[in-house]
Amino acid sequence: MSTRILDRLRMNLRSLFDRHRAADELESELRFHVEQQTRENLARGMAPEEARRAALRTFGNPALLRDQARAAWSWGWLETWVRDLRIAGRTLLRAPGFSLVAIGVMGLGIGANVALFTTVRGMLLRPLPFRDPNRLISVYENTNDQFQFNSVSGGVFTDWQKQNRTLAEMALLSEDDFNLTSDNGGLPEKVMGASATWNLFPLLGVEPALGRGFTADDDQRSANGTVLLTWGLWKRRFGGDKAVLHQTVHLNGQPYTVIGVLPAWFYYSDPQIQLWTPIYHDKPAKLMQELGAHNFGVVARLKPGITEQQARADLSLIVKRLHDQHLDNPFVSRAANTRTLLESMVGVVKKPLYVLLAATGCVLLIACLNVGNLLVARAAARQKDIAIRSALGGGTLRLVRERLIESLLLSTAGGAAGLALASGAVAWLAHARHEMSRIEAIRIDGVVGAATVGLVVFCALVSGGLSTLGAYRRPLLTSLQDASRGSSAGHGHARMRAALLGIEVGLTVVLLIGAGLLLRSYQRLRSSDMGCNTENILTMRLDLFGRKYNDQAKLANFYRTLLERVRALPGVDGAGFTRAVPGQGYWGDNSFTIVEHPPLPQGVMQYAINRESDPGFFQAMGIPILRGHSFNSAYGPGDPGQVVINASFAQQYFPQEDPLGKHIRYDGRNWEICGVVGDTRFAQAEPPRPIQYYSVYQEDLNNGSLVIRARNDVEQYAIPVQRVLASLDPELPVSNVMTMDQLLGKSAANESFNATLLTGFAALSLLLAAAGLFGVLSYIVAQRTTEIGIRIALGAPRGQVMSRVLLDGLRPAILGLAVGLAASAGLVRLMASMLYHTEPLDPVVFAGVGAMLLAVAVGACLTPAWRASRLDPMQALRTE
Amino acid sequence: MGKPSDLVQGTLDLLILKTLSLEPLHGWAIAKRIQQVSGEVLQVQQGSLYPALHRLEQQGWIRAKWAESETGRQAKFYALTAAGRKQMEAESANWSRLSAAINLIVSEA
Repeated sequence: MSTRILDRLRMNLRSLFDRHRAADELESELRFHVEQQTRENLARGMAPEEARRAALRTFGNPALLRDQARAAWSWGWLETWVRDLRIAGRTLLRAPGFSLVAIGVMGLGIGANVALFTTVRGMLLRPLPFRDPNRLISVYENTNDQFQFNSVSGGVFTDWQKQNRTLAEMALLSEDDFNLTSDNGGLPEKVMGASATWNLFPLLGVEPALGRGFTADDDQRSANGTVLLTWGLWKRRFGGDKAVLHQTVHLNGQPYTVIGVLPAWFYYSDPQIQLWTPIYHDKPAKLMQELGAHNFGVVARLKPGITEQQARADLSLIVKRLHDQHLDNPFVSRAANTRTLLESMVGVVKKPLYVLLAATGCVLLIACLNVGNLLVARAAARQKDIAIRSALGGGTLRLVRERLIESLLLSTAGGAAGLALASGAVAWLAHARHEMSRIEAIRIDGVVGAATVGLVVFCALVSGGLSTLGAYRRPLLTSLQDASRGSSAGHGHARMRAALLGIEVGLTVVLLIGAGLLLRSYQRLRSSDMGCNTENILTMRLDLFGRKYNDQAKLANFYRTLLERVRALPGVDGAGFTRAVPGQGYWGDNSFTIVEHPPLPQGVMQYAINRESDPGFFQAMGIPILRGHSFNSAYGPGDPGQVVINASFAQQYFPQEDPLGKHIRYDGRNWEICGVVGDTRFAQAEPPRPIQYYSVYQEDLNNGSLVIRARNDVEQYAIPVQRVLASLDPELPVSNVMTMDQLLGKSAANESFNATLLTGFAALSLLLAAAGLFGVLSYIVAQRTTEIGIRIALGAPRGQVMSRVLLDGLRPAILGLAVGLAASAGLVRLMASMLYHTEPLDPVVFAGVGAMLLAVAVGACLTPAWRASRLDPMQALRTE
Repeated sequence: MGKPSDLVQGTLDLLILKTLSLEPLHGWAIAKRIQQVSGEVLQVQQGSLYPALHRLEQQGWIRAKWAESETGRQAKFYALTAAGRKQMEAESANWSRLSAAINLIVSEA
């Protein structure tokens, strides 16, 4: 047996390295055979010449035989592949224009797909970098239909932690802003941070890179303050100095000891969080026992063998019990809700990403069809060449393989270009959307590389396969005759190309409709009436912490002086202060009762968004006062309470009565309704909700937005206003200095991003489809030059020739349009959740896309049609 | 008798091995021998013979040597290897079983 292996090895090596001798030997072996046969024929009494010819005849096709014998050599396949590659390379180099276009088109298609796939894989498919991440879940309270994934209250968490039987561990956390000052100099800064129960890091399986993590002892109200720095903050603010351990920093004016630094890769929930503190130390004990104050996030680890559903049922039972024990508190939830941790982090981007991925898939398919189309055209041009080769014994398989290798070569080059494109796009994305959750997990790696190879093969098969389809079925003789006398050539090819074009147009229509819907939705979103002025308004956020602001009188004094000085700046039309401006988010609500109304039945709750604002806020923001007046600016905490409500509030809670003079009971006292103002939206995509405004001089507020309105160029007031602030308190950090327009634009960044990308893809495919239409029609005209020449010579009016050609080109476009519109009508439903105030079947978008596509199609077909009608019949007839 | 040349797929290998088990031969002689022994029923096409020979050589069932032929020309002689002999025995046993089975059915009908 071993000799056999040696024999085989010897043969393999020989056929690999000693090809020439092997080929010579094969040659003489075959020649010997023919000689033997000739000799035998001679012996039978044939004439020498005839003997030889008979021998050759029985021998068959020597070239073919030689090929077949060589194919038996183990490296035969390599030889033919190398040869095919060489041929394909030469063919492509001979038409560099064609090759470049094809590679470019493939590169764009593959690049877009690789970039999107990298993103999807990084964000959605790659597991979280925590220990055993599949057992991690996010837990919520399920309060009612409107708040199915509500934040968790401290008291509920305590009971969950004590009573659950399905979780190995659970941690509570909350994101907060901190004013950070440190003794080692350095400016005060506002940083985003978070506080969590001490067990969060062990639960996630994260060890600090430096120092130690929190202990249960740190996580108490009475403990000394401790803080864990993130790697980024440590490097940036403390220069990566290990001496920072055990140093004291001040957060919101309170001392905290740095006990550790988290590893560089770690972040949870938001990449902008820069430091962590223990939650029970930071938050008032009363808040941590509340059952109806939904403030916190919860992360939990399932016990082995427990499913998410079982945990949800277990936790729901516990909340339900609490609910039944506290029927007087309408804010206690009835059930728990859960999501996987990954879903809770990237759930919002999932759908848009998959829609974009589908879009790039369409672009790739269009690119393949286009290249396939180009290859079909070339196949038609080479019909004669192919026919001759078939006649000489070229096997169909062999010819098909050659074409496939050609398209493989094209798509490999395209894949390389695409990979370069994708790495550029991914780098750009990571830069442009650095605030996105999990953006750091996006990178090009082996799996992405493998996916690229897969895409390349897919493209090669689709485009190459299309071009070979049907090309080799035609009877040889017809091909040969056809090719020699071109008048009716290539009809099969033309039909094939028209079909491809129809599909291409259809896909383009789907993309255009998707993009159109997103654009329209974005436009609606940006033009949604915020209920206030959005022009020439500047906002900036202030956080007032520390001893200077630790009581109501100090805060009120600060607001009065600040607003007075800002209003005194020349050119400023108004200034105000509020917890949050319209479009800045929900922030908070509170429950209330109306004194003049009968008491609410048990278990019924009544709540509305609350905003603390100064009396001049409505005027500065341009929110109309519909009835009554704003707060009395002279009133302080000791004076009668005043509240301003918005129109939605009046409509919902005082449907048949005059709200002015009625009283709202909240925070243990009565507040008289002194005014009704116009509705505003807390977010662009959300309808107006009831809002109650309290005066900053009567209710505590230590953080919020300063609003400045100016006659023009409001941005120029940013510096003077900050100078005013510095004169009041040089240590006060100011953040998010933005015009109202920028603020709203930023809050619609996601929508803008999705709409822009999808529009880009749609434009790309429209361009490809137009190029395809132009190419096919030009080709058809070129093929039919003789025929058209004869028609014109026989007196066909040029206008008729033109419209006939035009129709030829438009037919596949119109067919594709119809198919595309029908397909879109089904597919857009999947996008419905991404749309704001836009019906998936928006007639304007559908009609617009149809009109645009037709216009582009006519544009693409016009030139070839016009050229056809201008044909000089004499010239046309002479071209053959 | 119709076309005499069509060999059942895969039996050509067996025929070659069997022919070579008696003595080393060159390609032309192998074809000739098969034709003669089968009483002119089996005609081996060159188109299948040489690829088959090269394949068998690649697999190590047979080994080739250049030697002087009966006419004094250099020719490529194929000889059975030890592994080839084993293979031949296995294949001929297989063939006997198969042909007997087919025979049973055909003569039954």
